Amino acid sequence: MSVAIQFDPIRLPPEAETLRAEVRSFLKEEMTAGTFDPQAGRKVNDEFSRKVGAKGWIGITWPKKYGGQERSFLERYVINEEFLFARAPTRKHFTADRQSGPVLLKYASEEIKQDILPRITRGEVSFCIGMSEPDSGSDLFAAKTKAERTDDGWLINGRKLWTSLAHESDYMIGLFRTSAPTQENRRHGLSQFLVDLKTPGISTRPVLHPSGNHEFNEVIFDNALLPHDHLLGEADMAWKQATSELAYERSGSERFLETGQVLFELVDFIGENPDLREAEGLGRLVAQLHTLRRMSISVAGMLHAGKEPVLEASVVKDLGTVWEQALPSVARELSAFVDRDPGNRMRFEEILAHNISIAPKLTIQGGTTEVLRGIVARGLGLR
Amino acid sequence: MDEAQSLVADAASRIFRDLGDPQTINGAADDNWRAPLWSALEDAGLTTAWVSDELGGAGAGIGAGFAVLRVAGEFAAPLPLAETLLGGWLLGMAGMVLPGGALSVAPTRRGDVLTLNVDGLLSGIARAVPFAAQVGHLAVLAESPDGPVAALVEVADCDCRDGRNIAGEVQNTVDFAGVRPVQWAALPDGIAAATLSMMGAAARAMQMAGALQTVLEIAVQYAEERVAFGRPIGKFQAVQHNLARLGEEAAAAIAIANSTAHTIEHMESWDGGNVFLDVASAKIRVGEAAGQGGAIGHQVFGAIGFTQEHILHRFVQRLWAWRDDFDNEAIWAAELGRRVAAGGGEGLWHSLTAA
Repeated sequence: MSVAIQFDPIRLPPEAETLRAEVRSFLKEEMTAGTFDPQAGRKVNDEFSRKVGAKGWIGITWPKKYGGQERSFLERYVINEEFLFARAPTRKHFTADRQSGPVLLKYASEEIKQDILPRITRGEVSFCIGMSEPDSGSDLFAAKTKAERTDDGWLINGRKLWTSLAHESDYMIGLFRTSAPTQENRRHGLSQFLVDLKTPGISTRPVLHPSGNHEFNEVIFDNALLPHDHLLGEADMAWKQATSELAYERSGSERFLETGQVLFELVDFIGENPDLREAEGLGRLVAQLHTLRRMSISVAGMLHAGKEPVLEASVVKDLGTVWEQALPSVARELSAFVDRDPGNRMRFEEILAHNISIAPKLTIQGGTTEVLRGIVARGLGLR
Repeated sequence: MDEAQSLVADAASRIFRDLGDPQTINGAADDNWRAPLWSALEDAGLTTAWVSDELGGAGAGIGAGFAVLRVAGEFAAPLPLAETLLGGWLLGMAGMVLPGGALSVAPTRRGDVLTLNVDGLLSGIARAVPFAAQVGHLAVLAESPDGPVAALVEVADCDCRDGRNIAGEVQNTVDFAGVRPVQWAALPDGIAAATLSMMGAAARAMQMAGALQTVLEIAVQYAEERVAFGRPIGKFQAVQHNLARLGEEAAAAIAIANSTAHTIEHMESWDGGNVFLDVASAKIRVGEAAGQGGAIGHQVFGAIGFTQEHILHRFVQRLWAWRDDFDNEAIWAAELGRRVAAGGGEGLWHSLTAA
């Protein structure tokens, strides 16, 4: 068979389902205690992240000596999806837990691992990812921000753009140019670094969403000096190191549940007696979501088994983000004839408005639709 | 798929490659390919995979039967294989021995109710019974005063009206008025019309997933070979992205069809909401994939794909016909949506994560 796309029927193991019950009761307790309000948006909530850390639910798959629990990736999957459904404020620890921690585990020095990883698992530090630049978005290998080796350390100059949450992060995993690309391999010459954002010479400037929301930033490096051991992995070889990271980044529930609130609210807004049009519309959305979740768990199972399902992860992200992007608009039309009291409608329309306004970014961040389809086409043998 | 299921799938693939090649069948002037292909499938026990050996079947199990259906879909097999599997499964549920030969099954649509009356005679009309006029017997689910029963009926006893689906396959409206079954028996608790509908939908979803896989494979291969504007069309980004979309639709179909088969294979009963969520999702999502995937397949092949001589239509037309069998996307979606609405938003999350 020439086309190898695989999605085996993976089921979450019993220990993951036991954990799900614990996570649900924790979330309920914390909501009741006022630690967080699901309607408050996803702001940084230090107290919540510390409590999640105390539960052992950040870096849950990591070795115990770095603060982890050595539990399975499928258990992490359950925590992630329950937090998403509950709209829990994971902003502080989310990126570090999903991808920065695993990068450090694989490529950082022992000293750095012992210093930073336990603090991540306690929910004390936050990470951002410095990849895109003004002239390098989807075309990552055009990155120009330079890291120059000096006797005192690596000297960084240039700027990163669209860096999500840089303004509230402690660290960045940055992608910098350490040498020129070669004739044979234009991906050569980039390296990954651990960046302490308090380093002198680093400043951030907000780049606001159309709504005025502050998520993106420009991060400027002006002769910022990083210690030698902050180079992660091998110099010039970042293109090889990023592969498995992408599979983690692209296949999780956050790739189809970012606007998921709209569906669950829509169900309640429509109420127990849908008309035929509403029922059919809901049924299709649920079938699509259920299929996406099955696919996502299938990829989680492959990651758990030590595989690198980059193609399958790209399929999940493309189908998932296109779905979650369309969801608010589909819900807008499905809810058009719902006859409920004006208070209900106003609340639902506020949720719709927010999600319709953020929808365009979903197929851009973390790999655009076009890049993903290119990866799938390569997987089909066409490139 | 476990090892035994892989072996069964391999056996099915070999038979179809040797005797059921789509290109050969497409070019055949007559139906002489049919008998050898069917005998080979029968001899290998593939037509009775869902019937235990005590009842005259091969006893290969639920998972193996679905593996056979996936392969049958990959070859767009124009035979009542799925129907014979389903018919055997239904009769077996009631402890009835298989009659031998090809079967079909009824009803296949919600709203078609067949009744076994106190006088032992059937009544009711079933629409769109696949291959009915081409098989000897029908396995029928009928309501009786004592609950649902499985009945074995001779096609010759029924009023079987001419009809074909859009793929040109025989598909009949069957009137059972006054027909006396050859044999009938009560179905066990928990097996009813809705169960047959779910089993049929899951079977069609698996066939469609297989057919989509083949549409993807032949479309990719064609895009690599066909040269236009000085290069293979697969080098054009517009074509690549179309094929990527087709690949994603095929992947979604395979994922949910496999998941559903896995659920049916491992579940304890048909009562739980989980199996309904899986089956409904499969029939809806695979049906959507069939619509979009078939259209992309045609777009990639251009004019040559829209000819009788090319095999593409064998897959796409069946994909589109199978969407309607055991109820289409809209009908499943309306029922799923009603259940979801009754359970509320949080209830929906609980059922998604319980499955």
